[in-house]
Order: sequence, then structure tokens, then C-alpha cells
Amino acid sequence: MSIDFSKAMGQHAEALRWRAERTKVLASNIANESTPGYQARDFDFAATLSRASQDGSEALLLDSEGEQLQYRVPFHAAQDGNTVELGVEQAAFSQNASDFQTSLSFLNMKLKGLAKAINGQ
Amino acid sequence: MSFKQISQIAGSAMSAQTTRLNTIASNLANAQSASGSEADTYRARKPVFAALAAREGLGEQQLAGSRVQVLDVVQSQEPLRRVYEPEHPLANEAGEVFYPNVNPVAEMTDMLSASRAFETNVEVLGRVKSMQQSLLRLGE
Repeated sequence: MSIDFSKAMGQHAEALRWRAERTKVLASNIANESTPGYQARDFDFAATLSRASQDGSEALLLDSEGEQLQYRVPFHAAQDGNTVELGVEQAAFSQNASDFQTSLSFLNMKLKGLAKAINGQ
Repeated sequence: MSFKQISQIAGSAMSAQTTRLNTIASNLANAQSASGSEADTYRARKPVFAALAAREGLGEQQLAGSRVQVLDVVQSQEPLRRVYEPEHPLANEAGEVFYPNVNPVAEMTDMLSASRAFETNVEVLGRVKSMQQSLLRLGE
């Protein structure tokens, strides 16, 4: 009997990776706040995660092919074609960072549980 | 994980905003630099930003972040301010001097916007740093 660590971690490892990817996309949006013609992008986190977990643990090693970035629809159109709305992006970034910490906490709990099982306490 | 790229993206935005602040400082400093001819007069400068897609790391192309690039610094083509000041040492034969086409109010608002954008990116870097540090403490 052996412990499969990637199975023991559950979905949280995959979630953490996609949270980091999403941070990058949102950071690009914030960075290009004043770039004319830049279109804000994002991806559907729930759909991405469910697709990744359906593919099984192999998905962790695979390239993120098939993941499509979507364009954000702005509340107000800007004259220079830029669709970044700083408030929206900041809110999304902040939420994403908190969700990252949450995934991290879950992973920590999993690891602590495993450590307890290994030590036989 | 894409932390390195995030730092590069936020860093590029910070340097782009610094360039913008630099041109604003130059415009404001030279707002009253008069000249005797149209060709010699200072003209307001503006940086032109462009998004630069990064093609590296996991999930290239599709999930690539975009850095900010300063393409060029262009001079404003708005007409110069022409003032009749015969006493001015730089006045031409007609007794006119040319003042730069800098709009101080527009420059001040632009400065606020640039420094706010800079600070936003500093925040992004700070958050990413704390995310990375807590990831390093995983399992402790």
C-alpha cells in the first residue's frame, strides 16, 4: 500500500497553478492600463479547472493547450480602444490573490494530515 | 508557476509609467521656456505605449501575459502660444515670442494618473511577492 501524493493533494494543486496563471493575466491587464488599443483578457477559472481535473493528474504536466483567453466586456467604451477598467481588474486581482491563499491553506491542511498519518499519531 | 513573468510584467509597467512621469516633468519644467522662433520652441512630449506579448513559459501564446513597451516619445503638434512682447530679449522682428504648447492642467492630471498607475503596479508586485513567500512555506 502506498500513498499517491498527486491524488492525495486532490484538486488543490491544480487550482493553485491556475490561480497563478490567472494572476499573470490580471497583472498584464493592470500593467497595460494606459496602453491604447489594449484589450483586457481573462479566462473562465471554473471551466478551466473542471477540464483540467477531468483530464486527470496528467494535466498537471501538460501544456495548457486549448485554454482560450477571453476578452473582457467593458462597462464603458474608451476612445483609445483600451478596455481595461482599473477597478474591475483590481477587484479581480485581489479576489484571485485571496483564492490563491485559500488553495494554499487547503494544501497545507492536506500535507499536515498526511504527515500525521505517516507519523502514526 | 509564472511568478517571474508577473514580476517582469509589473516591472515593465513601472518603467513605462516612469517614462511618462519623466516627460510630464520635462513638459512642466519647460512650460514657460520662451523662444524667438517657432522651430526652436519646446513642444510638449508624450510617450506612446504598446502591449508586448510574452512568448515564454508554460502555455505559450494562449496564456501569455503582455508587457508594456514604450514605442516612442512624440512631440505634440498643437499650435504654439504666440505672444506679443516687444520688451522680451528673445522677441523676433515683429516683437513676438513663442511659448511652448504645454497645457499645465492637462499635465497635472496626467501626472496624477501616471503616479497612480505606478503605485497600482507596486501593489501587484507586493501581492505577488507575498503569494510566492507563502507558497515557499508550504508544508511547514
